Amino acid sequence: MVPVSYYLALSGVLFGLGMIAFVFKRNIITVFMSIELMLNAVNLAFVAFSRALGQLQGQVFVFFVIVVAAAEAAVGLGIILVIARNRQTLNVERVDSLKH
Amino acid sequence: MTLPLFLFSVLAVVAVAGAVSLILQRHPIHSALSLIVVMVALAGLYLLLGAEFIAAVQVIVYGGAIMVLFVFVIMLLNAGEEERTDFSRMARWAGLPLAAVFLVEVAYGVARAASRLPTAAQAPVSTRELAELLFRDYVFPFELTSFLILVAVLGAIVLARREDSD
Repeated sequence: MVPVSYYLALSGVLFGLGMIAFVFKRNIITVFMSIELMLNAVNLAFVAFSRALGQLQGQVFVFFVIVVAAAEAAVGLGIILVIARNRQTLNVERVDSLKH
Repeated sequence: MTLPLFLFSVLAVVAVAGAVSLILQRHPIHSALSLIVVMVALAGLYLLLGAEFIAAVQVIVYGGAIMVLFVFVIMLLNAGEEERTDFSRMARWAGLPLAAVFLVEVAYGVARAASRLPTAAQAPVSTRELAELLFRDYVFPFELTSFLILVAVLGAIVLARREDSD
């Protein structure tokens, strides 16, 4: 059997990589994808703990995280569309002031 | 090396390779495809953990709906490659190695603290048990998420609508 700590270490590594991508990438869509990567890493931790503790609440919470991530992706990509339409750029460093 | 450990290693390497590829690729479409690879690898890991329903939901909803939405938006916005502006020297020589060290340290600390948890050898979770939990104890958050999805659909339609004179 694979120890639970292996899954948690993998979850931590994926979350850290998502954080690195969130900070260092300049395309706004890639930044948004790194958020999804972080959410996936958290889901892995939830399922691993659900297995280790023998409870199902972890998987129920994963279900809710996936649903909320889907809703967030829909609205976030709508916002990205509006920003791209108004500023004609996808570079986060150019969208740094509210005034256009 | 037992079969579960071998499968875990393969899937973990694929997931980490996909995540690193997401960072290193310049075009956002390649990053999106790398993220799809990560999600499929995670679905395999959920299967290893006995969460069959969650693995199926991961592939269908995350890989089949959310990432398809991302790919559509990338295509719609005609997103090109990222501009090649270099990091500051401090970021490249100190920031990235320190980020990697931090990452390894967190993973090691989490793994060591959790090594006391038992790996419960159970049968795979049946979808019936998960459904019973979801629709009895957690029925109120479930209905709230349906309302949340409705609000998200409304928001997406309003945001993506073109400004024409009605």
